[in-house]
Amino acid sequence: MAPLLQVEGVAKSFRGLRAVSDVSFAVEAKEIFGIIGPNGAGKTTLFNMIAGAFRPDRGQVQFDGRDITGFRPDKVCDAGIGRTFQIVQPFAELTVLENVTVGALHAHREVAAARLAAADCLDLLELGHRRHMHASNLTLPDRKRLEVARALATGPKLILLDEVMAGLRPTETDRMVVILQRLRAEAGLTIVLIEHVMRAVMALSDRVMVLHHGEKIAEGKPEAVVRDPAVLTSYLGGAAV
Amino acid sequence: MDVETLANALVAGILTGMVYGLSALGLSVIFGVIRIVNFAHGELLVIGMFAALVLFRWLGLDPLLSVPLVAALLFVFGYLLQSLVIRRVAHLADHMQFLLLAAIAIAMVSGCLIVFGPDPQGVQLDYALDSFAVGLLVIDKTRLYAAIAAVLVAGLLLAFFKYATVGRAIRACADNYLGAQVVGLNVGRLYALTFGIGSACIGAAGCIILLLVDVHPYLAPGYTLLAFIVVIIGGMGSLFGALLGGVLIGVAEAMAAVVIQPSLKTAFSFALLIVVLLLRPQGLLGKAPH
Amino acid sequence: MSLYTRLLGDLTGRGLAALAGFVVLLVALPSLVSSYIATVATIVLYLAFLGQAWNLMLGIAGLLSIGHALFVGIGAYASAYLFAIHGVPPLLGVLAGVAIAVAAGALIGYLGFRFAIGGVYFALLTIAFAEFTRIMVDHAKFLGGTEGLFLPVSAASRHGFDLLNLRGSPEMFYYLILALALAALALCRWLLTGRTGYYWRAIRDNPAAAQALGVDVFRYRMYAAMISAGMAAVGGVFYAFFYNNLFPEQVFGIERSIELTLAPIVGGVGTLFGPIFGAFVLTPLGELFTAGVEWLQTSGAIGRHVKVDGVKPLFWGIAVAAIVLLRPRGIWPWICDRLGLVKPPSERS
Repeated sequence: MAPLLQVEGVAKSFRGLRAVSDVSFAVEAKEIFGIIGPNGAGKTTLFNMIAGAFRPDRGQVQFDGRDITGFRPDKVCDAGIGRTFQIVQPFAELTVLENVTVGALHAHREVAAARLAAADCLDLLELGHRRHMHASNLTLPDRKRLEVARALATGPKLILLDEVMAGLRPTETDRMVVILQRLRAEAGLTIVLIEHVMRAVMALSDRVMVLHHGEKIAEGKPEAVVRDPAVLTSYLGGAAV
Repeated sequence: MDVETLANALVAGILTGMVYGLSALGLSVIFGVIRIVNFAHGELLVIGMFAALVLFRWLGLDPLLSVPLVAALLFVFGYLLQSLVIRRVAHLADHMQFLLLAAIAIAMVSGCLIVFGPDPQGVQLDYALDSFAVGLLVIDKTRLYAAIAAVLVAGLLLAFFKYATVGRAIRACADNYLGAQVVGLNVGRLYALTFGIGSACIGAAGCIILLLVDVHPYLAPGYTLLAFIVVIIGGMGSLFGALLGGVLIGVAEAMAAVVIQPSLKTAFSFALLIVVLLLRPQGLLGKAPH
Repeated sequence: MSLYTRLLGDLTGRGLAALAGFVVLLVALPSLVSSYIATVATIVLYLAFLGQAWNLMLGIAGLLSIGHALFVGIGAYASAYLFAIHGVPPLLGVLAGVAIAVAAGALIGYLGFRFAIGGVYFALLTIAFAEFTRIMVDHAKFLGGTEGLFLPVSAASRHGFDLLNLRGSPEMFYYLILALALAALALCRWLLTGRTGYYWRAIRDNPAAAQALGVDVFRYRMYAAMISAGMAAVGGVFYAFFYNNLFPEQVFGIERSIELTLAPIVGGVGTLFGPIFGAFVLTPLGELFTAGVEWLQTSGAIGRHVKVDGVKPLFWGIAVAAIVLLRPRGIWPWICDRLGLVKPPSERS
């Protein structure tokens, strides 16, 4: 069977600076795929190319048997990819429930049904008790959860998570790991995540890809990748694990 | 249509355009530094015109000679307006700033109306009807003097921003607000100075325009829009852009008036504004908007 | 979700009672007060109606327009022209006016959104279109040009009740604009509580995030511009038949565009009742100032040389500036909180 997401040789430059060069990878359905690398390695740019925020200079993005290269973000969402933003982007004047309802309206025609579905997503992310707060009043970890809940509410097949664990305490990180594992097991969700929190990456990912200076330098099982000499010198600094 | 008419329209357009440019410079300075779109621009200009009119009537002062006085007066007015009122809405959304300035503008026009009445009033200068003949060209004395005065004031302003310490500090503020604060510049005071300088520039332009146009309160909105057109075409925040835009609009209007129809010249300017907004919203000399 | 929940579900018992009382008062008003006050109330309701149209665009979809007089003028001129020259009743003329205004809204929206002109620059684009149109109408002989376009008025029609041709007594116009204002309120409320409203508010707060959630940002912004323009055109038809004369400067002028933004901004941008409330504060305030100045003049406190024309707008400008400085979110949200008219989010279904 063809992989659910297949990225082939995508590249992107900004004013002559190469942010991502010729990166290829594939993600199978129901897989959890981690992307790691130092700051500025091009991880978020890669996400933005998949999610339609930037059009790649070269290369292709295939999803679910379709070429979605250069689709607008809303069309990528229609195709079945949800995303979160590294810098959280809540709808500040809306309540938490209304924020997630905007996402849920993608999957439900009726507002009432969407609100119910949104409430379910919030419960799943353990944000149910905050549903009537204005998004602008949430703490940063809660805003990260809100990002996930909102993307999840659109009913995606695949979700792109950009550093959703950053700023969480270790116990909260573990909760998020459990939640994401449940989503994969119960809803059959495929997850691609950018993450700096190594314990989460190690615990969650089936496979890990390492980016450095916009290039892929390693890919494989997490245990294998962290022992890769190229990864050790360039990223983990030899002593991280 | 003969060459003579066109050439005369061209020259008149260039001269008038320099005065437009000076007026627009005031708008551009304020926007470039404080990021406030001054919807009360035309009202300040009209106040400058009335001030020059009063000085003419009381002291018989030629409007060109009253430029320093009126500029000083409007400097104080602008300084106080920024430091007492506009500063307090800096954090609000665009539409609130717009409304505040529109409200101030309405109050200012009404003030002028109460004091001076609605009828156009002008100055009678002994050289008003004189002109120079240069070959085919016939150049009005008033228009020429007005243009020269406008260029002098604009040159003074550009020199201020280039050489004076305060002027350079203001430019630093415009480029990098946080950076300016970090190096210890008193940004609030510099903003007030900027609004004062912008207003002074508008006041000077008001004196000069009084040579060419009779003043009445309802001129104000038209001048606000004219300055917007000039500044957007030249580039918001670009000082040379404002002058260039002024000359372009001056020429375009003068040409449209002789080639098409005088009453359609403003429509021509608005059409130009729409085209520039669509194709090059940062203007001819402006930096890309963020 | 039932229609009732969508339209009134947010209101507390007190809020419902206040709304009901307000509507009853408005319905009874013409029989309670002098015809002068009824005329003022008609203008208030007219501005409340336009305020809601404008508010839809800025407060709900986040697009600042300072050229809304364009759409009002299109509605006014289209229906007046068809009626005065071709005898087409305004009931049909309104369709033409709305269609042209919606097309104009679509054009400006299309240019603005496609060329990514935001904030103040979009506002200037709307002004430019309105002013351009004003000068074009100045030169349009078939619309009367600067000499104006007049609707036929007969003494008999001043007392009639001819809704089809919009010829009738001041009371007829009062009830017509009351119905329109309430209908606009219901329409906005209905839109806001539906999918469109969620999407609009999401786009206003963060267009990029909305798009990532599958919202076709361009399309929904276009809807906002078109609906707002269409509503404004309906207001324009009312204007034309209420005043019976149209001059380009008075209809399309930037003063008109600014005037119709005042009520919603003072009342509270983004709130539904704010524009209505704002209109009810501002217009009587202006009338009060005029009356006050005239009284001062007759009592000799101020001299005859003072031009009364300027006094009302002077105080008005100062009052509006004060409101912006003291209640930057508008007056209505503040009152609403004080009086407990709206349920907190946790009590809504």
